[in-house]
Amino acid sequence: MNIDLPTLWFGVVALTFTIYFFLEGFDFGVGLLQPFLARRETERRAMIGTVGPFWAANEVWIILAAGVIFAAFPVWYGALMTALYPLFALILLALIGRGVAFEYRAEIDHRRWRLFWDVTSFICNALPAFLWGVIMTNMVRGLPIGVGGRFQGTPLDAFDLFSLLGGLATLSLFVLHGATFLLLRLETGSELYARARAAALSFGAAATVLVLLFVYVGFVREELFKSFGYAEWIFPALAALNLGLIWLALTVKRDALAFVATGLTIVASTATIFLSLLPNVLPSTLGETYTLTVQNSASEPYTLRLLTWVGVIFLPLIIGYQAWNYYVFRQRVTESGAKPSGSVLPDTEA
Amino acid sequence: MNEIFGFSALDLSRFQFATTSIFHYFFVPFTVGFAFLIAVLQTLAYRSGSARMENLTRFFGHLFFINFAVGVVTGIVQEFQFGMNWQGFSNFVGNIFGVPLALEVLMAFFLESTFLGIWWFGKGRIPAWASLACIWIVSIGTMISAFWIIIANAWMQHPVGFEIKDGRAVMTDFSAIVFNPKGLEWSAHILTGSLTVGAFFVLAVSAYHLRRRHEVESFRTSFKVALVVALVGSLGVTLSGHEQGQSAVRDQPMKYAAFSALWDTPTGNQMPESLLALPSNGLRENRLEVSVPYLGSFLAFNNFNQKAQGLNELQREYAAKYGPGDYIPWVWPVYWSFRVMVGLGGVMLLVSLYYVWRWRRGKLDDPGRLYPLLLAMPLAPHLANFSGFIATEMGRQPWIVQGLLRTQDAVSNLSPLTVLLSLVAFWIVYLTLISLDVFLLTRTARAGIHEPDVETPSVPSPEYLPEGQLTGGRS
Repeated sequence: MNIDLPTLWFGVVALTFTIYFFLEGFDFGVGLLQPFLARRETERRAMIGTVGPFWAANEVWIILAAGVIFAAFPVWYGALMTALYPLFALILLALIGRGVAFEYRAEIDHRRWRLFWDVTSFICNALPAFLWGVIMTNMVRGLPIGVGGRFQGTPLDAFDLFSLLGGLATLSLFVLHGATFLLLRLETGSELYARARAAALSFGAAATVLVLLFVYVGFVREELFKSFGYAEWIFPALAALNLGLIWLALTVKRDALAFVATGLTIVASTATIFLSLLPNVLPSTLGETYTLTVQNSASEPYTLRLLTWVGVIFLPLIIGYQAWNYYVFRQRVTESGAKPSGSVLPDTEA
Repeated sequence: MNEIFGFSALDLSRFQFATTSIFHYFFVPFTVGFAFLIAVLQTLAYRSGSARMENLTRFFGHLFFINFAVGVVTGIVQEFQFGMNWQGFSNFVGNIFGVPLALEVLMAFFLESTFLGIWWFGKGRIPAWASLACIWIVSIGTMISAFWIIIANAWMQHPVGFEIKDGRAVMTDFSAIVFNPKGLEWSAHILTGSLTVGAFFVLAVSAYHLRRRHEVESFRTSFKVALVVALVGSLGVTLSGHEQGQSAVRDQPMKYAAFSALWDTPTGNQMPESLLALPSNGLRENRLEVSVPYLGSFLAFNNFNQKAQGLNELQREYAAKYGPGDYIPWVWPVYWSFRVMVGLGGVMLLVSLYYVWRWRRGKLDDPGRLYPLLLAMPLAPHLANFSGFIATEMGRQPWIVQGLLRTQDAVSNLSPLTVLLSLVAFWIVYLTLISLDVFLLTRTARAGIHEPDVETPSVPSPEYLPEGQLTGGRS
């Protein structure tokens, strides 16, 4: 197979999204599970501590994904973001909220202060976890874009039952991924760990139902993912198999396997989305001629060659030091370690 | 519906971009300058091996962390907005402009966020030399990040290394873009300016505690370090600013004329500089003007007998070259913000010199009569940055890319209502953020250095099990 530069960079876009959903998937999940799993303040702290040293670096992958689309496929960048403007605006506001919640929650030891940030954190983890599914669904299905990638629809075009189902599928997958991540990060004997296991099982079931429903609607009703030809079922089938594997791994208490399997589901789902787009990047529902393809929306070869050099040098480096980050903080988080600190403001309602 | 409350999507998008950029720009220079100071303090701590210095570094590190969080999250918005609100711009310049942005992420954002996390949470888990390396990596990361974004912006002000192909700007020479003289001058200006932001903050916090005789030895050290950086920064920002004014005369004469409110090209053989003016775009002249002869010529050309073109003459030239239209930026905000920036730069230099003088006379521990001013000084570099931003970005209008793309042709095809809603949401969130940031910074700064066991609760950092005591078999 002859891979040209635009196709290579389309692959890089797909790869960065995949890494992003894999990594940020579990910290969205941990944030979403926190109100349901943690009962005591020390438990809440322990849960935040499981992602504390990682979430900021995980988030950079979406900034990279956006940067790569901008540099390598400027027309796609403008068309997608303008068409789904309200969704991206909400995601940005949510990413602001959760980042600040992570950092500011512990600044003041006061019940209402923490409650405020816990609520903010929950909403701001839920919004992107849901909206990324809506965005991906719209991207695969196409949008009413006209000449020059100019959007011809209304902000409400992004929402229908299918895209909402896509949103629920990513939301439940991320929660499941967060739960299996917790099983690797929490002290195995704790009550919190036991609750995380129970959550993983129930969310595993929910995610299985939602993802399979999404696959059914996508393949059969909407007739998407046709570009795979004979192999069109491979990736969704892998995702489905994996969901079964997760359930199995959880039942026989193989935590690491369960985490790898939830991760693989995310990887396979993201790969399905991007492979099914090829050779397009954004189909137009107004007609084939307006569809943005890998070739017609890519930057010039000079820019792409430059990006290739930069990517070859820096991507391995980044992956290397991020791996070191996970290695430094490889120990499980203990609840007893997360002792409440000295009160600064009176804890009136504690 | 093309307008809402009389505002078009273009007006609202411009306002949103200005809002989000200026808010973001309160945090970025602070991060750049402050990270450098903390790295210097930790180097001193490492070399002396003193626990006192270590605590001092942690104290300022805590303040840094509070601010860094907001800087990062507001930065994400900046990148996405180019696609969301400025589709015409993205299509036109993506080939070129996207590259420094992608480089910024690859070379800087990952470094900053990964190594800051390891530096902060990894205390006691990594060796001291690795911790020191982490904070220097963070500091260098912030500077690399600033560099690439300045290179991107410099290209918009002074496009180089490109050709126009099928109505889009296409890169032909990356090294010309990296070594854009505009970008290099600007980097010097913005990096030294950022140093002053960090330095005056550390100076104020140190003076506050020196005045209260709290941890005198520690805060004396941070005061000295910050003072040296403040002096170097203020001098650097003044000199590089002068340099930049001179290059603006060559590359963006319209902007330079707006800085000086110079409507008519001087008739004599030299150019005066106006000290005080009330410019009016409607009248195309100043309602009131006090100017000093020869000064303008000196500032712009380093000699006393040259002159630059005035706004009116440039307008005629541009209309002939680019077609009918108004090419004069809105002069009064440009003129006045330029003056506020320069004035504040002068104040920063004088205050630094005053405290260096006190230091030489052995009066370092006593902030003296200028103490209230010193406490207010952290605002000065912020306001100077704000004014500089307004002057340079409004001075470029109506161009988004000088001479190539007008702002009105760059905007996305959005309904004004959509943009208004996002604008309101950003305002609410950003105002909340800035209040929280100032509140937490003040509170933590005033609390001062605590013994480690009564340390103010900071970022979530639960303790981890010591090595060799892992519970759970598979981890």
